[in-house]
Amino acid sequence: MIELNVNGKMHRVDVEPDTPLLWVLRENVGLTGTKYGCGIAQCGACTVHINGEAARSCGIQVSDAAGKQITTIEGLAVNGVLHKVQKAWVDHDVPQCGYCQSGMIMAVVTLLNEKPKPTDADIDAAITNICRCGTFLQVRAAIHDAAKA
Amino acid sequence: MTFMPDMNRRSFVIGAAATGGGLAIGFDLPFGAAKTAAAQTAGGPEVTAWVVIRPDETVVIRIARSEMGQGTLTGLAQLVAEELECDWSKVTTEYPTPGQSVARKRVWGDFLTGGSRGIRESNEYVRKGGATARTMLVQAAANQWNVPASECSAANSVITHTPSGRTTTYGKVADAASKITPPADVKLKDPKDWKIAGKSIKRLDTVEKTNGKMIYGTDVVLPGMLNAAIKDCPVFGGKIKSYDEAKVMAMKGVKKVVKVNDTTVAVVADTWWHAKTALDALPIVWDEGENAKVSSDSIAQWLKEGLDAPQAFVGNQVGDAKAAIASAAKKVEAVYSYPYQNHAPMEPMNATALYTPDKCEVWTGTQNGEAAFAAVLAASGLPADKCDVHKIMLGGGFGRRGRSDYVTQAVNIAKQMPGTPIKMIWSREEDMLHGTYHPVTQAKLVGAFDANNNLTGLHVRISGQSILASVLPARLDNGKDPVTFQGLNPAGEAAIGYTVPNLLVDHAMRNPHVPPGFWRGVNVNQNAIYLECFMDELAAAVGQDALEFRRKLMSKHPKHLGVLNAVAERIGWGKPAPDGVHRGLAHYMGFGSYVAAAVELSVKGEKEIKIHRFVCATDPGHAVNPAQIERQIAGSFVYGLSGLFYGECTVKGGRIEQENFDTYNSLRIAEMPKVESIVMPSGGFWGGVGEPTICVAAPALLNAYTRATGKRIRSFPLKNHDIRIA
Repeated sequence: MIELNVNGKMHRVDVEPDTPLLWVLRENVGLTGTKYGCGIAQCGACTVHINGEAARSCGIQVSDAAGKQITTIEGLAVNGVLHKVQKAWVDHDVPQCGYCQSGMIMAVVTLLNEKPKPTDADIDAAITNICRCGTFLQVRAAIHDAAKA
Repeated sequence: MTFMPDMNRRSFVIGAAATGGGLAIGFDLPFGAAKTAAAQTAGGPEVTAWVVIRPDETVVIRIARSEMGQGTLTGLAQLVAEELECDWSKVTTEYPTPGQSVARKRVWGDFLTGGSRGIRESNEYVRKGGATARTMLVQAAANQWNVPASECSAANSVITHTPSGRTTTYGKVADAASKITPPADVKLKDPKDWKIAGKSIKRLDTVEKTNGKMIYGTDVVLPGMLNAAIKDCPVFGGKIKSYDEAKVMAMKGVKKVVKVNDTTVAVVADTWWHAKTALDALPIVWDEGENAKVSSDSIAQWLKEGLDAPQAFVGNQVGDAKAAIASAAKKVEAVYSYPYQNHAPMEPMNATALYTPDKCEVWTGTQNGEAAFAAVLAASGLPADKCDVHKIMLGGGFGRRGRSDYVTQAVNIAKQMPGTPIKMIWSREEDMLHGTYHPVTQAKLVGAFDANNNLTGLHVRISGQSILASVLPARLDNGKDPVTFQGLNPAGEAAIGYTVPNLLVDHAMRNPHVPPGFWRGVNVNQNAIYLECFMDELAAAVGQDALEFRRKLMSKHPKHLGVLNAVAERIGWGKPAPDGVHRGLAHYMGFGSYVAAAVELSVKGEKEIKIHRFVCATDPGHAVNPAQIERQIAGSFVYGLSGLFYGECTVKGGRIEQENFDTYNSLRIAEMPKVESIVMPSGGFWGGVGEPTICVAAPALLNAYTRATGKRIRSFPLKNHDIRIA
């Protein structure tokens, strides 16, 4: 049994310690907002926060996340109020298919925590998530807008 | 949105046609008619098949086509709402199932969402569905008031009797309206009077795509569900020789090893991770067969022979191009090639199936609900009234999800575990190795000039793969694949924009064993590069300006010229560019729309391209949601430029070499150019939006690169030339 703190709630999961955190979140904890895209930490669709840092959960063993604070896309809104990044996403109609956006949003939240007023170069360096629909123009505009909020 | 409408079923009999690859059933009027007893659905009365109004005034608009990011869900709802005169803030949407549609004589028409057809081919009947419902709601109110309907009007879900000023609402009269006989015909609005359609209204599906609540196929959970990981023979056409299931049966969570078909094996386990872990450990021996000898080199060699082969299918012929070339004062020749590419939607293929001897249901993201339904019938062996497909939001499609191979696989697995829902998810590696790839072609272009530098002849010889020969052989025309000639046709929805006195476009078909498919843009991707890069080569050969050279050949193609002029003007063509900045342009037609692009870029050391800005124009006839069209333009550029710079699936030992995004890269935000959109609908026709613009980014960029460096690139992707985006 491994104890996980996900979105402020403790979960006891019966999984092998080397199971990727992504699959524990999706299959054992039941939070499917975090997506599987590549399994090799290339695309970023599985991005979550571990102790406030963006992390690609497909490449992290669940045992390494035990005892840490894990936040998923489902834990970003507080009492039903969207996080400012989510709100900017809605205002800019960012998502197309939407499959990559959980990871994109989680990566952006970390960026704004570290750099509250990011430049375009900061965005380019920090946001390396793949979006095959190609929402990048809206992503960039929404980041700048969220930074003003 | 509701992804599983809870509708009553009724028994019916369906012809044998439904069990084949597609459905060939009589097409009834898709509105009003064929209303069944099951009208009390979706929490309120069904006024027409497209419109349900709940007592709380919620307007449920039925959407038959699939949302995969392109915005068709919102656009189609706008068109229905426009004619319905309902309160847009009360609108929600619902997918009917293909099974329900078949049971009601295909009341919702075609479910196919491909070829940029979602809106352009269903706009008329969905608008009629809205207008019919409005007429019936107004009539119901008039009946209650005992006044002529002609004295009543509707706006914003409110019906007003003009002389008396009395009002009522859609929710109050919907039940009565649902019992009225639909009018035989309704008049549609002139698009110039649109208030909801034609406007940049926000998408209906955004919030759930930002808070993790949107359910995609991979997220489906059913009671008692097990998970399957799957492996098909990596060499196309190869088979399973043997596998040793005893080696994995004791692994944690494993329930069963299933032979899916002659080429495919799956492991079923409590979780997908357990299934995948066991599958990776399962010893499988493949019988790879003859195709294991095929490589990218052998394919390229075969295609090269086609460039001069005597036999070819003719797609467009004017005058005698070969004679014009033989007697030319000057001849220009170039050979281009375009690689295999995988769709690589962010969500890998998946489907969830529940089979019992009496019923088979599938939950999946599909671009073609009816083809998926037909696949369920065929794989389950059950009749249509015992099958259904519940469509789920697609994590990208780009053409890949128009196929139903993954649906068949899921049913084949579920059939071997009756009563247990099975969710089958492909790994990214499986998705990369079992795509239906952008077809591989080469092209030889020869242009002829007379002594006065007039273009007298053009021969475009395409050699390579046909999509239809593999996917829909019944649609071949005496062996010819008409889709091969997209954008090079004499007329129609993908017509060439030039008048050349002697023109020949022909295709030497060469079909390697790698399965091709419809990849966003289909054949306009490479055809636009071939034609539009070569037009620049021709202009350069006679020392003419690339824009002026084109214009001389375009006087009979005013709509092509319209978009080309628009981008030329916006980019400042003919005016001095900043130091080191070079421009390029291209135009094309596909999927019923006219598109053009122009670019400004600079190049460092021939290898590093800095894109300063793109301008893109589209004339889709009618623009239902300009903001979403702009997103499709920019998004299509990301997809197209990812293909241009990175997209290549190479073949070695008969299989695809690239297994994940580490070797099959995609554009990131740092590489995303500025894209200025010009949406210029000229009216009178309905063109597509999702695909047409994808093809003009690459040739515009390549033409500017040549102007910057003097070098012409004719094979792709650019990574093979060490060229990258700065």
